[in-house]
Formats: sequence, C-alpha cells, structure tokens
Amino acid sequence: MNQQAPIQYKPKDFATDQEVRWCPGCGDYAILKGVQKTLAEIGTAPEDEVFVSGIGCAARFPYYIETYGFHTIHGRAPAVATGVKLANPDLDVWLVSGDGDAMSIGGNHMMHLLRRNIDVNYLIFNNEIYGLTKGQYSPTSRLGTRSPSTPAGSIDAPVSACGLALGAGGRFVARGIDRGQKELPGILKSAHAHKGASFVEILQNCIVYNDGVFDGVVDKSVATEAQIHVKHGEPLRFGAENAKGLKFNAKAMRLEVVTVGEDGVTEDDIIVHDETNLALAQMLAAMDRPDFPVAVGVIYNNPADVTYDQAVHAQNASAKASAKITTIDQLLRSGATWQVD
Amino acid sequence: MTNTAEITEPREGHREVLESVVVRFAGDSGDGMQLTGSQFTLSTALAGNDLATFPDFPAEIRAPTGTTFGVSAFQINFGAREVMTAGDQPDVLVAMNSAALKVNLGNLRRGGLVIVDSGTFKERDLRKAGYDTNPLEDGSLDPYQVVEIDVSKMVVESVKEFGLGTRDALRCKNMWLLGLVYWLYGRDRQPSIDWLNNKFKAMPDVAAANVAALNAGHAYGETVELPGEILGYTVGPAKIDSGLYRNVAGAEALAWGLAAGTQLAELPMFFGSYPITPASSLLHTLARLKQFGITTFQAEDEIAAVCAAIGASYAGQIGVTSSSGPGIALKTEAIGLAIMVELPLVIVNSQRAGPSTGMPTKTEQSDLYQAVYGRNADSPLVVLASNGPGDCFYTAIEAVRLATKFMTPVMLLTDGYIANASEPWMIPDFSTFEKFPVKQHTEVDGFEPYNRDAETLARVWPVPGTPGLQHRVGGIEKDFTSGHISYDAENHQRMTDVRHAKIDNIANFIPEQAVDQGEAGGKLAIVGWGSTYGPISRAVSNMREQGRDVSHIHLRHIWPLPRNLGELLSSYDTVICPEMNNGQLSTVLRAEYLIDVRPLTKVEGMPFKIREIEAAIEAALDA
Ligand SMILES: Cc1ncc(C[n+]2csc(CCOP(=O)(O)OP(=O)(O)O)c2C)c(N)n1
Ligand code: SF4
Ligand SMILES: [Mg+2]
Repeated sequence: MNQQAPIQYKPKDFATDQEVRWCPGCGDYAILKGVQKTLAEIGTAPEDEVFVSGIGCAARFPYYIETYGFHTIHGRAPAVATGVKLANPDLDVWLVSGDGDAMSIGGNHMMHLLRRNIDVNYLIFNNEIYGLTKGQYSPTSRLGTRSPSTPAGSIDAPVSACGLALGAGGRFVARGIDRGQKELPGILKSAHAHKGASFVEILQNCIVYNDGVFDGVVDKSVATEAQIHVKHGEPLRFGAENAKGLKFNAKAMRLEVVTVGEDGVTEDDIIVHDETNLALAQMLAAMDRPDFPVAVGVIYNNPADVTYDQAVHAQNASAKASAKITTIDQLLRSGATWQVD
Repeated sequence: MTNTAEITEPREGHREVLESVVVRFAGDSGDGMQLTGSQFTLSTALAGNDLATFPDFPAEIRAPTGTTFGVSAFQINFGAREVMTAGDQPDVLVAMNSAALKVNLGNLRRGGLVIVDSGTFKERDLRKAGYDTNPLEDGSLDPYQVVEIDVSKMVVESVKEFGLGTRDALRCKNMWLLGLVYWLYGRDRQPSIDWLNNKFKAMPDVAAANVAALNAGHAYGETVELPGEILGYTVGPAKIDSGLYRNVAGAEALAWGLAAGTQLAELPMFFGSYPITPASSLLHTLARLKQFGITTFQAEDEIAAVCAAIGASYAGQIGVTSSSGPGIALKTEAIGLAIMVELPLVIVNSQRAGPSTGMPTKTEQSDLYQAVYGRNADSPLVVLASNGPGDCFYTAIEAVRLATKFMTPVMLLTDGYIANASEPWMIPDFSTFEKFPVKQHTEVDGFEPYNRDAETLARVWPVPGTPGLQHRVGGIEKDFTSGHISYDAENHQRMTDVRHAKIDNIANFIPEQAVDQGEAGGKLAIVGWGSTYGPISRAVSNMREQGRDVSHIHLRHIWPLPRNLGELLSSYDTVICPEMNNGQLSTVLRAEYLIDVRPLTKVEGMPFKIREIEAAIEAALDA
C-alpha cells in the first residue's frame, strides 16, 4: 500500500456530463445531490464505486453519477449487484430502485438479497407510483389511489417497504426523505458503514403523477408532529419542543404517543432508541399517520458477524487450501482410469 | 471371503463368443440400478470393450415400490468393435421385479435373455405392476430365453451371517444380480469389491453383505445350470486408440471443460444456477471445483442466476449460467441485456422433452429455435452443441473462448441424454491446449466503452476498479461509441447492424465444416447436431460398409453456421436431418441456404435407433 494522502473529493467530482432527464421538480434531483455529497464525504475512489439499477425513473440514477454504473433490467438489480459484489468484494456496490422495481417485479430478489446479507447499499426511491410508465399505482400506493389503471381507486393493501425489509431479514433498515438534505447524507453514510445489506427507503415526491402524496409527513407545517427522527441511544421524542415521545405499553404490547409532563408521563417513560432491537425496529417501521409520526433515520442496524460475500470467499479460499486436485490434468485423471495400448 | 459353502464344482464348458451385447438393468428407483449399471460399465471398460450407456430415470424420486412408474433402468451396449450408441434393443434384460419386466419387456429382442427375480411375482406384486395374469406362467415370455431365480430368497440367505434385517438384506439384491451378470460375461469382480468396501467404509457389515451377495450371484452362475445351457459369453476387447481412458458423463465433462476454459482464459469464473432436471448435475459438479477459481451461486430463480452471472462478467469474471428449457425461457430478457451491453456469458441448456414442464427426465433437442431465435428483437448470439458426453469438454472450452474473444453470450446446447450418459473417454493432455488469455481494458487515453476491435468487432472490456474508466452501460440503446443513451434512429440501425455483423463474423474464426464420414458431394448427406451423433454415425458406417453413397456431417457450430456449410450441403443430391424435435435445424438450414433439407424427426424421449436412421437412408437412396 502506498502512503499517499487520500484525495479529497467534492460532490461535483461525482457529477457526469450527462443531461439529467428527470422532470423539473422531481424529488430524484435532491436525492442525487444527497448521494453525491455522501460519496464525497465517504471518500472512496470513484473507480471503486459501482451503481447498479433496475428500470424506472429512479433507475436512471447511474447515468448521473461519475462512477461505474450498470442500468440493468426491471427488478433485477439486486441479482446483478450480487454478481458484481461476489466477483469483486473490494468494490463499493450501491443499488438504486423505485418502489415498483424493488417490491413488485423485483420483490423476490429484494428479499433474497436482504436475507443473504450481501454487503451492498440498497436505495429505494419510494414515490408510491410507477413514474416511468406514466403513473399507474404501485405496491406501495395507498388504498384508494386513483391512477390510469385504477380509475376508481386502488383496492389492494400496500406493502410497507421497511417492514418488508425487516421481515426479509434485513440487518440495516433506514428511512430518509428526498428533501431532507441535512439528514440524508448521514443516513447514507451509516448505510455504507454497515457491513452487510443496507436498506434505505427514501420518500420521494413524483411531481407529475403523485404530487404531494407525502405532504402529510414532509410538509414544513406538519413535519415536527408528523416525523420522529430516531437516533441510537437517544429518547424517541418528537413534536414541538420535543414534548411528545413514544412509550411502550407492555400490557397491550404496542407503542403509544405520549406527552412528557401530562398524565404522569415522565422522561423516564420514553423509550430510548436501540437500533439493534428488532422488535422495536418493527414497531417503528410500522408507524404511520395519523396515529403515529413516521420514523425517519436508522431504524435498525444490527450487523452480522460475516456477510455473505465474505463467507463465499472464505469457502472458496478454504477449498483452494485443502484441495487435493489442483490442476486440470489431475482433475481429468481423478477416479478410475485405464490404459489402452 | 466365502459364503459359498454349499457350492460344489464350477460347471465345465465354453463360453460363446459375441461381437457386441446390449444389457438393460431395470428395477425400482430405490433398487440402485444406476449404481449397478455404473459398476458394470467400469468392469466392462476395464475388460477392454468399447461401450456406451443410457441411464433412464423415472420422473418420481421414490415412487411406491413395485409400481411401473417407479421403474429405473440403465442400458449398456458393449462390444469388440466400436460402439456408437447405447443400442437399439436390449439383448439381455435383468428385471429386479415384475414392474421392471412389464415396462421393459416390449423392447427386448425376440429370443433375448430375461433374468427375473421370481420372488417378486406374488399376487400382490403382480397387482401393483398392473399384471392380470402371471407373465411367468401365461406364456407371454415364450419368445424369450428366461432365467427365473428367486433372487430375493437367495440374497436373504447369502447375507444371513451379517445380521441384517430382511429389508436391508434385500437391498443387496442388485449386487447379487450384478454378480450373476459378471459371471455371464466373465468379468472381474475385484474392482466392484474394492469399490463396495470403500463406499461402505463406515458400515463394515453393509460392505461385507454386499460383497457376499455379489459373490453369491457369481457363484450361482458358476454352479447352477441355467436354462438353455447358458455357459456364459465372451466379448473380446475392441480395437481402441491407445491412450489413457476413463468413463465420463456429459455433465461432468462439461464442468471440467468450463474449469479448463477459465484456466485457458486466465480468468476466474462465476457460475449462477437454479436447480432443474437435467441441468442440476452441472451445478453439483462445479460446486466441488472451487479450487479452480470458480464461485458457484445457487440463486433464488433462473432470472437471478443469469443476472448474477452478468453482474460477475461486468465485474471482470467469466459469467456462466445453466438450466433446461423452462429456465432458459426465464433467462431470456437478461440474455438480451448481455447482448446489449456486450459482455461475455456462457449459457448452458441441458435440453429436456416437451413444452412447459414436459417430461423432465426425458431427452429431446427441441430448444434449437429458442437458442437461435428465441429473444425479443434482433438479438443474435453464438450457439454451440455438444455431440456426446466426452465432447462436452471441448465444446465448453470453445464456448468460453468465443464468449471472451467476442464479448458475447454463447448458448451451449446439450441434452438430458448427454448430461447423464457416460462413455469411455480418452483423457487429453491439457498442456497441449492453446491458451487464450483475456485482456481487459486499462488504457485511459481515447477510452470509450463501445470502442471495438477492428478484426473481431468485440467491444472493450473495462472492469470496475480500473482507474479512469468510469462509465455507464445499460440495456437502453446506446450511442455507437460513447455508449450514452441514444434514441437516434440511424444510430439504432447502425448498432443493430454491428451486433449482427459481430456474430456473423465469428464464422471466420471457427473451423470450416468437415465431413465426418464420406466425402463432399454425392447422393446423400445426413446432417445432424448434438446427441444424434452416435446413431447417425453408426447407421452411416453400416450403410457405407454395404457400399451405399451416404455421408455424415455433424454440426458443433449452430450459430453462426460454418462458412462453407451452404456450399457443402449443396453438393449432395439429398440432405436428411435427423433430430429429436419437430424439424428445427432443418428449418434453419432451409432458411439460410434455400436447400430442401428433409427432416427426420422423433420426440419419444429417447435417442434415435440406428435402425431408424438406416431405414431413412435406404428409403432415400432406393427412391
Ligand atoms: C420486464 C419489464 N416490464 C415492464 C416494464 C415497464 N416498466 C418500466 S419502469 C416500470 C415501473 C417503474 O416504477 P418504479 O419502479 O416505482 O420507478 P419510478 O419510475 O417510479 O421511479 C415499469 C412497469 C419494463 N421496463 N420491463
Ligand atoms: S415521472 Fe415522477 S418520478 Fe419520474 S422523473 Fe417525473 S417527477 Fe420524477
Ligand atoms: Mg415509483
């Protein structure tokens, strides 16, 4: 290893010469900015970063990042990324998917990527709609979503991205917001630091086909009441002056929103966020408006001892070390042979 | 070791000399028929015969015992002359139970020998096998020579001293019958005894019981008078090219060929697969060859398997994936991506019979259209076909060579027959193989992701991790050189043309088509591909011995076709194409060359019989 001082990257070092083709005002722009900032702060050389995506508006992402990029086919980015990471574990592998790409056509691959725990960072831009195909409802669309394919409103129950990720065995699950520029790079850096599959749902506004769908969560006027920013080791407080908090009702086995100082609630009653606690993570991930604030930040972070890619390479190495047959000539002569003269 | 106390003197007499024999072992799938067959194969090879085998599995893993749909069989053809197929018709049928007799008798040569375990013909057995009357008594076996032995009883007796329960004792039945067949053909038992002792190392009683059963069956042949005064047979050694030999099954040879290919390319390999009959054995074999720089990945489905292989190719390894027809169908969209991004990829299709699930354990060659044409849009790739188990080794190397040299997916076709059948194979000297080291791109100056080699038209292979070559690729149509997204009409025409030209141009880098038997020009050519090689080859040589003007041409390169093929086929008055499908190669050849290629088709889950091809040759020449 040479001892050169690491190069200091700037966000613009990660911008390509390609014209960005998202609709003006699309939430994807903010996410792009957040990711470029994150990459600069992480400081990995651009040639060691790979962005793999599926198909959709979100999946155009690699064209706008000055690293290696592979825009694959609809839903299959997790599988392609698996091959990339197994072939070269030294690469930093990032995946970008829309909600449809990840949880509809690619649901199977998403589940297996997470349970295998391959060391990649999986970013889902959730706009609760199929953007690229002009606005059909998606598996995360709320009940009653009117779209070209559901003119009378959607009638199937939506899936919770973070809940699904936890259910599939994901060991890092976080939620961010496109316009949450202060917070997003921090979340992405934690995802990158986590060894294993890191899943980040980013609430993203599709200004054309689903504008304002997250207003009840992200609009400035409601944000303090509608969001709770979870941080490991800190009490789960939110609301104006942090007056509110989450309390565990042991008898009913569920979370409750309480106000410190009211009804005998003290600071001690508020749960302290433990990002390694799966049961808590599941409850936090499931919280939704109007009864609960939406959890933003690192909901769950509980790395395994080894990642799948490490285990694969360990097996390969031990096979190499213990193999009795090491050349093709030996291989062809293994087992019963006979000489014909 | 002896358990033959009651046996007196071996019978005197001379063995009848035969040129070749076809033996079929048949029994319950739990009876160990494949194992019995492979032991007999080994001893036959050691005796210097040439041989070919055909394992015939039932679809069910363990169907109820004694039923016809649980019957598993293993056929071997061995001889003092060159053997090309597992044989049209068995001369000998060894039936472990009544159901095995029921399923297999129909194909036995009239006058052939049937060896049956009469202990499995009780009323209940017959009912399960679907017999109304007992075939041992109702005269239905009159056209054959029949050896009836209560093997079940004899086995239990012969292993009594090892304290096995009846059930376990009966599991030695296959070895008892193998012993008898060893006697019948004067085979050495020792290799099988050694093999049993090794296999059951941890269970010495089981090993000893199996060896005792093998010896008892052999001793039975030596001492007891068999009907028709059978005194055993001798099949002399065949004239075989000198060299070191082994038995090899297609899946094994294919795995070794892929491992060899990666060594010649000097690149690691990534193998992604999802289990499916009859392709799984390739995954199993490669999973044990990790020391050769091979990573194996059992994916969640076929789509993930091929996508992971493409990801690995993108990251600089040789991506390989394998399946059978239904799984290949699932991979199709991703193969299109590999064509678009021009990455090396080897796709192995072990073909099986029928559309949809079809007949998973039966063989067919009906995915040729799928391989050559079966993708959306104009999406050419390379198609190769192995013609037999040993040939898989060479075809796999060729697949790796073409995929890396031309940055293209290569589809390698084998089939259920090739994957499972084994044949003696002369072991090549690997040091004589020409290396084809792959150069990945590292030069930053003038780099564009779609820069092409002027001679091969292959694009450069820039691998993530290489400084200064950051770039984006994807399935959207791209600019001719920069690889940026391009919806420009003329550019799409140009890209379509160059993808096409790249594959066509490969014809200049593969051997011209040779004539396997016979000469260019003449009355009749039989053109085949894949596993029809054996029967066509034998049929043509038989006909040529009779002075008939017929030649055999066998294709390894299905797409692109060898550059002289059109001219070669035009030099015959008639061209017949036998294939185990409804006429797929015939159609391709007709379309390419406007030649009236006549299809000879068969889809019965079994290879062609030599006789069927001979009949077609006679009919064509006598017309
Ligand atoms: C095999 C296949 N099926 C369908 C499509 C069409 N398609 C492209 S993107 C898309 C959905 C995109 O929605 P999402 O993943 O949420 O991404 P967004 O555009 O909203 O960012 C669909 C259905 C396709 N490209 N490929
Ligand atoms: S359609 Fe929606 S998601 Fe797609 S680019 Fe436009 S605003 Fe963004
Ligand atoms: Mg979407």
